[in-house]
Amino acid sequence: MAFDYEKYLRPGKLPHIWCPGCGHGIVMKGLIRAMDTLKLDMKNTAIVSGIGCASRLPGYIDCCTLHTAHGRAAAFATGVKMAKPEMNVILCGGDGDGTAIGGNHFIHACRRNIDMTYIIMNNYIYGMTGGQFSPCTPTGHKASTTPYGNPDPGFDIAKLAIGAGATFVARGTAFHANQIDKLIVEAIQHKGFSVVEILDDCPTTYGRRNKYKSVIEMMNRLKEVAVPVKAAEKMTAEQLVGKVLTGVLYKEESKPEYTAEYAKVIERAKAAK
Amino acid sequence: MEKTLPKIEIIEKYCKGCHICVEFCPKDVLEMKGFYASVKNLEACIKCMQCELRCPDFAIKVITE
Ligand SMILES: Cc1ncc(C[n+]2csc(CCOP(=O)(O)OP(=O)(O)O)c2C)c(N)n1
Ligand code: SF4
Ligand code: SF4
Ligand code: SF4
Ligand SMILES: [Mg+2]
Repeated sequence: MAFDYEKYLRPGKLPHIWCPGCGHGIVMKGLIRAMDTLKLDMKNTAIVSGIGCASRLPGYIDCCTLHTAHGRAAAFATGVKMAKPEMNVILCGGDGDGTAIGGNHFIHACRRNIDMTYIIMNNYIYGMTGGQFSPCTPTGHKASTTPYGNPDPGFDIAKLAIGAGATFVARGTAFHANQIDKLIVEAIQHKGFSVVEILDDCPTTYGRRNKYKSVIEMMNRLKEVAVPVKAAEKMTAEQLVGKVLTGVLYKEESKPEYTAEYAKVIERAKAAK
Repeated sequence: MEKTLPKIEIIEKYCKGCHICVEFCPKDVLEMKGFYASVKNLEACIKCMQCELRCPDFAIKVITE
């Protein structure tokens, strides 16, 4: 049966603002299917974003939503979770929002291991503002601000998250649409800070400049570079050159969760009187 | 038993003509007709739901019983 997405959308909001073939819509559908699988109570679920095309996502979903300042989704979301630890808190946004201006908030949310899920849509570019390079633009690739090729090495978001202390880290792609909801379900179920990076496409500002002839070519590239972690175990280093691992990359269950630790602080403070 | 065919609904006011559903349908059921996606050969549809799953714009529904 056709999936009833409309049930989760604010009425009258479609068509959404994203360009033809932009993967952000595919990610939003994955999130909706994940919310449906988990039967999340919309009144007890908050989606928080920063600024950018990806950050427009919460505006479409009919639950508690916050569209905040550029790069600050993690800070606002932390406030929501601290005030209401029982709430499901989901953050979303782009690579620019999360790893450039918001990089500091990102690593400290990871470090604290606060129980939230962060969906980061990595299209390797600042889409909304016309295609400036982001910390995730691969070396040599073109952006409006690197017309002769980007000299910087790009961030590996998953490694950054693991290094900073996130306890669940996964990666999917906009091509592998049916995996997106499954990764998000696992991320939401995990108690701690979960990061789900979705490799995405921005045909308008990244594709054109980097000689992709069509959205389909961009989708096929995602298909070609992705290697599931299990399959990668059987591959040689040589075979893995230019590939990107997908699936659940890291999971740790013993690290204390922040709101639970903070509740103990409150108890200790009360007892100290 | 006779094969039951789904109803494929394309919502033109949402469709942005990106070609994704057409290109990734394994059975070549869909085509672009002008700006929008359109059903070319419903008989071949295997109800795999790929088109509905991949459409970034909520513009295609595969309705089965
Ligand atoms: C404080 C501040 N600085 C800069 C901007 C301009 N700005 C808006 S969106 C954006 C980048 C968005 O890129 P990304 O997060 O990757 O999202 P995308 O549009 O690619 O989905 C920038 C720099 C802003 N809105 N606020
Ligand atoms: S500019 Fe890029 S990221 Fe923004 S909606 Fe268009 S395709 Fe998507
Ligand atoms: S359900 Fe599958 S076979 Fe049928 S039109 Fe969609 S993609 Fe093609
Ligand atoms: S995938 Fe959706 S938006 Fe793209 S052509 Fe097909 S129906 Fe239209
Ligand atoms: Mg981006």
